Amino acid sequence: MSDLANLSITDAASGLRAGEFTSVDLLDAVTERAAVTEAHLHAYLTLDKDGARLAAEEADASLARGVDLGPLHGIPIALKDNMCTLGLETTAGSQILTGWKPPYDGTAVARLRSSGAVITGKTNLDEFAMGSSTENSAYGESRNPWDTDRVPGGSSGGSAVTTAVGSSFGSFGSDTGGSIRQPAALCGIVGMKPTYGIVSRYGLIAFASSLDQIGPFARSVADSATLLGAIAGWDRFDATSINAPVPNFAGSLDAGVVGLKIGIVTELIGEGIDPQIIAATRATADKLADAGAEIIEVSMPSTEYALSAYYLIAPAECSANLARFDGVRYGHRSSVEGTTEDMMAHSRAEGFGPEVIRRILLGTYALSAGYYDAFYGQAQKVRTLVRRDFASAYETLDVLISPTTPTTAFPIGDKTADPIAMYYSDVCTIPSNLAGDPAISVPVGLDEGGLPIGFQIMAPSLGEEVMYRVAAEVERLVDFTARPALATSEVTAP
Amino acid sequence: MLQGDRQGHAVRYHRVMPVEIDIVKVAQLARIALSDDELDMYSSQLADILEHAERVQALPTEGVEPTSHPLPMVNAFRPDEVGECLEPESFLSEAPDTHDGRFRVPRILG
Amino acid sequence: MTDWEAVIGIETHVELSTNSKMFCSCPTEFGDEPNTAVCPVCLALPGALPVPNEKAIEGIVKIGLALDCEINERSLFYRKNYFYPDLPKNYQISQYTYPVCEHGSLDVDVDGEPTVVGITRVHMEEDTGKSSHIGDGGGRIQDADHTLLDFNRAGVPLVEIVTEPDITSPEQARAYAAELQRIVLALGVSDARLEAGSMRFDANISVRPVGTTELGTRTETKNVNSLRSLQRALAFEIDRQIRVLEEGGRIVQETRHWNEDTGVTTSMRTKEESEDYRYFQDPDLLPLEVTKEWQDEIRATIPELPAKRRRGFLDAGVDVETAGVLADDDDLSRLFRDAVAGGATGRTVGIWLTGEVIAYLRRQEITIADTSLTSGHLVELGSMVDGGDLSSSAAKEVLLAVLEGEGTPGEIADARDLLQVSDTGAIEEAVDAVLAANADAVDKIKSGDMKPFGFLVGQVMRHMGGKADPKVVRSVLEQRTGS
Ligand SMILES: [Mg+2]
Ligand SMILES: [Zn+2]
Repeated sequence: MSDLANLSITDAASGLRAGEFTSVDLLDAVTERAAVTEAHLHAYLTLDKDGARLAAEEADASLARGVDLGPLHGIPIALKDNMCTLGLETTAGSQILTGWKPPYDGTAVARLRSSGAVITGKTNLDEFAMGSSTENSAYGESRNPWDTDRVPGGSSGGSAVTTAVGSSFGSFGSDTGGSIRQPAALCGIVGMKPTYGIVSRYGLIAFASSLDQIGPFARSVADSATLLGAIAGWDRFDATSINAPVPNFAGSLDAGVVGLKIGIVTELIGEGIDPQIIAATRATADKLADAGAEIIEVSMPSTEYALSAYYLIAPAECSANLARFDGVRYGHRSSVEGTTEDMMAHSRAEGFGPEVIRRILLGTYALSAGYYDAFYGQAQKVRTLVRRDFASAYETLDVLISPTTPTTAFPIGDKTADPIAMYYSDVCTIPSNLAGDPAISVPVGLDEGGLPIGFQIMAPSLGEEVMYRVAAEVERLVDFTARPALATSEVTAP
Repeated sequence: MLQGDRQGHAVRYHRVMPVEIDIVKVAQLARIALSDDELDMYSSQLADILEHAERVQALPTEGVEPTSHPLPMVNAFRPDEVGECLEPESFLSEAPDTHDGRFRVPRILG
Repeated sequence: MTDWEAVIGIETHVELSTNSKMFCSCPTEFGDEPNTAVCPVCLALPGALPVPNEKAIEGIVKIGLALDCEINERSLFYRKNYFYPDLPKNYQISQYTYPVCEHGSLDVDVDGEPTVVGITRVHMEEDTGKSSHIGDGGGRIQDADHTLLDFNRAGVPLVEIVTEPDITSPEQARAYAAELQRIVLALGVSDARLEAGSMRFDANISVRPVGTTELGTRTETKNVNSLRSLQRALAFEIDRQIRVLEEGGRIVQETRHWNEDTGVTTSMRTKEESEDYRYFQDPDLLPLEVTKEWQDEIRATIPELPAKRRRGFLDAGVDVETAGVLADDDDLSRLFRDAVAGGATGRTVGIWLTGEVIAYLRRQEITIADTSLTSGHLVELGSMVDGGDLSSSAAKEVLLAVLEGEGTPGEIADARDLLQVSDTGAIEEAVDAVLAANADAVDKIKSGDMKPFGFLVGQVMRHMGGKADPKVVRSVLEQRTGS
């Protein structure tokens, strides 16, 4: 039955309804796959075997009763471990939350449950979603299924890996500066960040509130649209969620690209980007042109500064967002004797890893008296410039394209000693976060080393429909069918 | 971008202000107890990052409004209605130390 | 010797009496059980997000309008960052640049001397949890072994009202605080109970030599939980600062704690950590837009404010003190106004309401609504007095009987046989009889000695069994004696 684990969500959903297999069968398939792959990859932090089994049995029973909750009914889905799940340990990849069981479900989680999805467990991440390799997890790094000596990307590396190898049918991550698109690119799957405000952040452990968005990992563009559809929409528990009807994500998947004007971003196909990736990006653009789109090279000068602005804005927000982890109400408390002030300072020093501490200190500094205007204030103005660049591009263009990442998956340990080199991994993805716009990464090939290359499509706010339309066409044109060896039932545990 | 300089780019930048970091004060504000060695390490890492970040200072932004939020929306409210509260057991059981239904912390102030 | 003057500014925190908290739907009313009115938001659990209470925004706009503030059409929520265990997020959602209201003023009278206190800003924020310090120190933070935290109060909407340093005396400060409390109560946005902490005053105080303009170093005094202690604490702190300066010392900028029992302020000896709150706009919250239309809607719901009410009462003829007492009581105000509108004399009705009626209500521990007194009764009673049918002392007796529910003033006066005779004929007869019996007195009066006049009035009243209208008696006597 293990081949079931490689089905698309679309096929799994129709097979369920045709009675070819049950939700429990699907769950068994991903659980068996995980039993083999986890030892190589360490994608999951928590596998909720009992909870998932109950949910799968319930999904089968309700489907048998004629209750059909939609395309995710009975489908095993994995969640990044910064999404709060009622009674199920949620750590954000941090020592400071070891063992913490939330007394509530976040909105996206609640919506997945009510759409019948079977939650398999919680996946590994860079601590508090801060990182681009999943090496910053307090519980050990995850590994890339295409080459286990390399990183899967991050911060949502665990989720990306589960979907890439079939230990989930799809999964969710969060994207603050590229944390879904970058690992999707490095793992050879589809990953997207929605328009800011389309998906509720309630129950997502915050990293940088004005940038964070939950989004799906999938093995196909259609699956991605399905997963997003299950969680999108206004939420009264998130003041920043958009109170408007959600776009019809899957509405134009077959519409092709004839007549579309597509901009390729000059600044993201030059220096600093792996030539093989530039070549793959240009080749894909050419295919789109052949399919009827008009490809126009467009300069977005502010994207050069986006990364620098991001590394002031995100740490500033995180310095406040992570202040609540103080050892008072939940999480780690230091055993160092002293006052409450000492208790807090030691709990935080013991509970947070170095990258988190680095960013908290950076953000604290950027907000502190005398430096605010020069750093945080100026970064916010640069953010305005980035938005202007996008806005003027979208006056004439339907979507923008670029590589998703400057390199393919890099070796574990390669950049851990050099924070700035690590930060550069997100150079192509960060501008969309600053603008609040949707963007998707679609796999378009392998480099000479057999590592996947991601292709990014960016669209204006609420432009998910045209973004998916182009993504679906890229998927058809490129026909990327390669899968990592670990995504087959032949591989055994080491 | 953080790496390298693109040749011929129109916008030049220069050091607007030297990066000086009172790392002890920053760590205190952030409530993180760090050893002297750690303070030194973070201090120099922060200086490196801020040196790159200084590029944003050189951009001409006169008259540019800051963006603190990606959405041009205003006024999200909730009605003044009482909803459900948590069962105390559901979160007190997760707390490091409690007493009589309250969270307990060591004495305040040194 | 230097003459010193005090410079005082007051920060007031007012808890709004909304049903639910500022950013979550937990109730603002809760019992003694700790941590029972909390949710992921007000406990600051990971992942929880704030959503503002619309009613609280209306509340702060009301306060701003009542204080003659400009209402910013666009205002912003900020995070004020500081670590303290009663602050669950370790930042308080507050406002910084662009508060909801700015540039207002409040007129305050001290002994008939009017002062205008400038209002710098009125902003929206959230309350903290409550800490209890446990140990040998009797609740003193310095001596506690540990602290227990209850977050029921965390997130209750809080409005902060900041004055300009316009206040120059403890009396003015008290008058300002009292007037602000009246306004908040009149608006119905808070129960404004000082002893319960739903209205709290912090006073910034400095002193300087009279004639200088530079501000001295200020201290902030906290923990005043009555108007009286505000005045006392300020008086103490002003004296203390003057003493320190006159002895050649210097004032330390610090927070001081008012101790009600000992009557002194003491340094709170907080760690001298430079205040660096790292304010930045809260990315979880959208800008607040209070349009002119919305402001107008809110303005339309604002009741008459105490100052205007008092002015109306003064115009109706009552004295300052009576006007103040009436204005503080909605029931009495309404009765007064209806009675005056019905033709009663303001001065008389004012005296009755603030005298007999209040005393009766206090005695019985009831409210006006528990009695059968109506404005119609007051009008009737007034016209009986004005028409000479009832003496003023009899009127008070009748009023009490009305309060007891014995009937209308007419019925009661009748039943108790209290009505006065103002029939001139009967009085003339009595006068003539009295004059005939007191020829000496008449002679004295005619020769210009008015001393016996009062005696004659008394005699006539006695003759009439006390039921003559003394005014009529006097006028008949005057006629007959030619005085
Ligand atoms: Mg305040
Ligand atoms: Zn709450």
